[in-house]
Order: sequence, then structure tokens, then C-alpha cells
Amino acid sequence: MRSDASSAPLPTHYSPPRRNGSFLKSIGAIIWKDLAAEMRSRELLTAMLVFALLVILIFNFALDLDATTRKAATPGILWATFAFAGTLGLNRSMALEKDSGCFDGLLLAPVDRSAIYFGKLISNLVFMLIVEAVVLPVYSVLYNTNLFNPGLVSVILLGSIGYVAVGTLLSSMAVQTRTRDVLLPILLFPVIIPILIAAVNASSGFLQGIAQAEIMPYINLLLVYDVIFTAIAFMVFDFIVEE
Amino acid sequence: MEPQPVTLKLLNTLSILFFLGALGMVFVYAPLEVTMNYVQKIFYFHTANAWVGMLGFLAAAVAGIIYLVNHDLKWDIIEVAAIEISLVFFLIAILSGSIWARPSWGTYWTWEPRLTTAAILEMVYIACLLLRQGIDDPDRRARFSAVYTLIGSISVPITFLSIRLFRTIHPVLIGSGSASAQGSFDMTPRMLVTLFFTLGTFSVIFITLFWHRIRLGQLSQLVDQRKLEE
Amino acid sequence: MIVVKKLVKRFGLKTVLRGLNFAVQDGEFVALLGPNGSGKTTFLRILSSLARATSGEISVAGFPLPSQSSAVRRNLGVLSHLPLLYGDLTADENLHFYGRMYDISDLNQRVDQVLELVGLLPRRRELVRTFSRGMQQRLAIGRAILHDPQVLLFDEPHTGLDQDACDMLDRLLREFSGQGRTIVMTSHDLSRVEDLASRFDVLSRGVITASIGRNDLGRNGLAEFYRLALAN
Repeated sequence: MRSDASSAPLPTHYSPPRRNGSFLKSIGAIIWKDLAAEMRSRELLTAMLVFALLVILIFNFALDLDATTRKAATPGILWATFAFAGTLGLNRSMALEKDSGCFDGLLLAPVDRSAIYFGKLISNLVFMLIVEAVVLPVYSVLYNTNLFNPGLVSVILLGSIGYVAVGTLLSSMAVQTRTRDVLLPILLFPVIIPILIAAVNASSGFLQGIAQAEIMPYINLLLVYDVIFTAIAFMVFDFIVEE
Repeated sequence: MEPQPVTLKLLNTLSILFFLGALGMVFVYAPLEVTMNYVQKIFYFHTANAWVGMLGFLAAAVAGIIYLVNHDLKWDIIEVAAIEISLVFFLIAILSGSIWARPSWGTYWTWEPRLTTAAILEMVYIACLLLRQGIDDPDRRARFSAVYTLIGSISVPITFLSIRLFRTIHPVLIGSGSASAQGSFDMTPRMLVTLFFTLGTFSVIFITLFWHRIRLGQLSQLVDQRKLEE
Repeated sequence: MIVVKKLVKRFGLKTVLRGLNFAVQDGEFVALLGPNGSGKTTFLRILSSLARATSGEISVAGFPLPSQSSAVRRNLGVLSHLPLLYGDLTADENLHFYGRMYDISDLNQRVDQVLELVGLLPRRRELVRTFSRGMQQRLAIGRAILHDPQVLLFDEPHTGLDQDACDMLDRLLREFSGQGRTIVMTSHDLSRVEDLASRFDVLSRGVITASIGRNDLGRNGLAEFYRLALAN
């Protein structure tokens, strides 16, 4: 059944892939794809970083604090910055899929749809962590404070996970509406308030060297939020992407 | 469109009657509170509205989940109705709380847990309505709306608990009302009766408005259908 | 290979597909014709599990939809007028990505094969962003058959292609058909499709209104058949 010699021979049979193997493999593929594409264009990271630094700049002039007050305000300023810059990343990440119809390409893969959710979640998380990893030293230098605090880092990690868990789900929705980019912050911010409360207070606690016991309730809140919302998002993702 | 069923007409009348009754009870029957006088009377409306708003909140969440299960657009109409009405009731609760706060504590707003959570809930509602506005396909709109309502209905109670946690760890600042300050007057039996009557009244009003809003939604759907058939 | 019974698709109150019946045997090449807005794209999206039917029975490659949509997708290659390719990745990387998503064994070898088939081997390390529309579509074809699917669903694949690209696409379509794959393709270009497909179905007003095999086309050919089918 082969036609002319210039065509390549096509093997006819593949054994059906093991279900679980391809679930993890596709998550890995999506993460790799997002990171590779971003390393090429660097659009997303540049936008997020520049925006984050601009926000810190604005806070500097808008609040004009003395050293002591600023120290107390640091966690708040940091988290506000992360929250705003984060929406940029979430929006862009989904828009890239939607624009060349690539979302369909993902949906056509023979895996459970939730693999797409987890893949995007992790790559969004990586981008957010990269931005945070740059902002922390920059802030430390600009304001001569030491932010290299393991407790702070763990709070940032936990808070970012929760933020991205809900954010990935909501950005999948927002990208399918007419109002798109504008809609994501409106949808996201009211429902991530618990993260902000817990993260700002826990960050503050660690920076001020407050006793572990007093910080733990906030850490627990972050953990609970992360688990609950990742689970919910994973369960309802199918409803968002089917037609 | 069918005319209003008898029960609904009855509810219309009952709503008005109860409301007048509630007004009477609040202003005449209930005694004047010692410190706050007439201002305290707004408490009945404030609490009743908040309580009934909660009903709407629950109704919206449940309706959303049911829609996700059976894809019957009827539940989407119910969900929107519940959201819109709950939004209004909570707004009245917030405003009345604000009016109460001013003479009592000298401020229109306090960042205490219930008030703050109510405000955040309003934002969630508005976000949901904006989300719906941006989608043309009715099925997708209903699905997204249901999912967001689900997320909101779990996030908002967690928010309430978070703010409470925050308040217990950090002492309340001077000038803002503490959680215990709200409603912290001793209620005489007559006040309790008035409160329950007002609660009942606003529940009836809620159900009446809810029903009307659902009918409006169904009518709207009918209009869309006729337009397509042209 | 594809069996569709009484397929109904409603978007809210608008019914797009009204009890559609459709069947394709193993190895058939069916051209799906119809006016704009007749529901061809919606139908193909449902067959490819990207959309869900409101009611009806569907089975593709022996698996029912939507319950076993994953198994269906494993055996399906889809091409639309959107290339479904990532502009910031190279041709090579795009294929490797999809290869991993489909869990293809011996991926490197397979990618080489496919790139050679669509004539993009020399440009494999170039970013897809720099490709012309014709080249993108060729790569998209490669993506579609990467996992060697039994069934191909192509939605207006010739859109926006120049003559050369169209000819290559036609050559590939003939080759795929010759290999025994089942193909369903929608198209507006009657003259082109007349030489490719073995059967022609017309989708109009939400149902298949007419169907004819190539050998039964009268003296006046496909254009006449199509005109008559729509006139009824």
C-alpha cells in the first residue's frame, strides 16, 4: 500500500500506552514545553519582573515610610506585589495556549484532562517562584533589610501554591470569555483573601522573630487552603474545558 | 407565560403585610434600648437581612452544584436569582450595619470579621455576574458560573475564619468595633420576639422576590427562544 | 469505524445538529460538504471529543463517546485551520512535545520520519513562528499523524494554503488513504475534493441530507450533486 519512494515508511502498530505512565509523562511534557518556550521568548518572565519592580517602586513613593514602619509593612508590600504580578503570569500563560488554538491540542491528547491542569499549575508556579526569587534580593538591597529567612521562604512557597492552584483554574475560565485579561483579577482576588491574610501574618511573624507557636495557625491555614483548593480545582477542571 | 400562581399572589400580599407588621413591631412593640435608643432598632433589619442573605448564598451554591450534575438550565436560573437577591440583601445588611456603627462607635466602617466577610462576599457575587456577562454560550455560562460559585462558597467561609483568627491573635484596635461589641446588648423577651418576627418577614420577602426573579429568568429564556425561532 | 446515531447538539436554545446519522467504514475517505454554519465544524469537534453532544450515540474507532474519549483520542488525528503549534518552539520541539503527550515510543526516530514525510527535515530547528502558513500546516499534518492514528478528521485543511502546499497536502491525503486510514474531511473546494474522496456527504440544516459514492457521480460531477442536495 506504499506509494512513491520519497515517502517515509510508517510503522503500523503502537502498543497502547499505560494509563498512569502517560499521566505523569504528559504533566512533565507540559511543564517542559512551557519552560522551553519561555526560555526562548522570555516574554512572560520579563513582564512579570518589570511589573513587580514597578509595583515596589510605586509603593515606595506612595507610602513614603520611615525605616521602622516600612519594616512592619514589608510583608504586605511583598504580597501585594506578588498578587498583582501573578495575574500577569497567569493570564499570559493561558493566552499563549488559547491563541494558536493550542488548548485544543492539549485537549486532544489521550490523557485525563486534569493532567493539563497540573501541568499548567506547576509551570505557573515555577514562573511565580522565579519572580519571587528575584524580588526578594532586590527588595533586600533597596531597603537594606535581610529577607533571607527560611521561614519566609516557606510561607512564600505555600502561599504561591494556593494562589496558583486557584489562579490556574480561574485563568482557564477567564481566557474563554470576552473580557479575558481584565476578568482574572476580579475573579481571583476575592477568593484568595485567606492566602493573603495567612501569608502576610506568617511572613511578618518570621521576619520579626515571633515564637513559632504563634505563627503555626497561619501556616496551617495556608496548608488547609492549598489542599482544599487544589482538590476542588482538580475535580472541576473538566467542566471548564469541555464544550 | 403563565400568570402568577395563587401561592405567589398570596406571598406577595403576605410580604407586604408582614413587612408592615414588622415595622410596627420594631417601632412600637419593641422597647427602647437603654444606651442606643432609636438607633438600635436598625439592628432588627440588619440581622434579618444578613441572615436571609446567607440563605441566598447557600441556595446559590447548591443550585450551582445541581446544575453541574444534571445540566438542566433551570438550575442556572435559580442560581442567578439567588445570587442577585442575596447580593441586595447583604448590601442592605452592610449599609444598615454602617448606619448603626456611626452613632455607636463614631465610624461608618469597622474591619470586624462579619462585616468584612460580607463585603468580600459582595465582591464575589459581582465577579460572578461579570463573569456571566462575558460569556455568550448559555451552557458554558452556566457551567463557569456554577464553578465560580462553588469556589466562592468555600473560600468565603474560610475568609471569615481567617479574619477571626487574625482578630483573636491581634488585639482589636481602639475605635473599631470588636466582634463582641456587635449586638452586645441584653435582649429582653420582647426584643427577641421582634427579632424573630423580622427574621420571618424577611424570609417571606426573600422567597417572594426569589420566586419572581426565577419567573423573570424563565420569561427571559422564553424570549430568547422565540427570537431564535424567527 | 465511525458510527453516529441521532446526534443532537444544542447551544443553549439553538439546535445546531438535529438527530444526525452518519457512518464511515474502515478505510473510507468521506468528504463532508455543506454551507457555512451548517454545523460541520461542530460535528467534527464532537467526533474528536473536543465538544460534547447533547444526546445521541457516537462511537469512533470502536470506542464510545464520551465515556471512553481518551481511547478515542489515542486513535484520532485531527487537523483544523488552526495549526495547534507553539510559535516559540522549533518544529522538532513541537513534535517532541506532542509525542510525549501521546506517549509514543522511539520518539526521536518517529519525529525524524514524520519531518521527512512532510518535507520539513531541513527546517527542523527553526522556530514555528517563522514558518509560512503552508509550512505550519505541513507541520500540523505531521503532528496529526505522529501517533499513527487509524482515523483522521480534517476540518477545511486547505484554508489559506498556496498551490504548492495544497498539492503536497493532497499527495499526503492520498497516501494516508492508501494506507487504509479512515478519513473524514470537510471542505469548500468541490473540485479539489472530487479527486480525493471516495464518498461525499452533504450536511445541511443539522442533518446529512445526501450521500453519494464517487463512482455514482453523474456526468456533471460533484458540483451538480451538491447543488441538487442543497436545493431539496
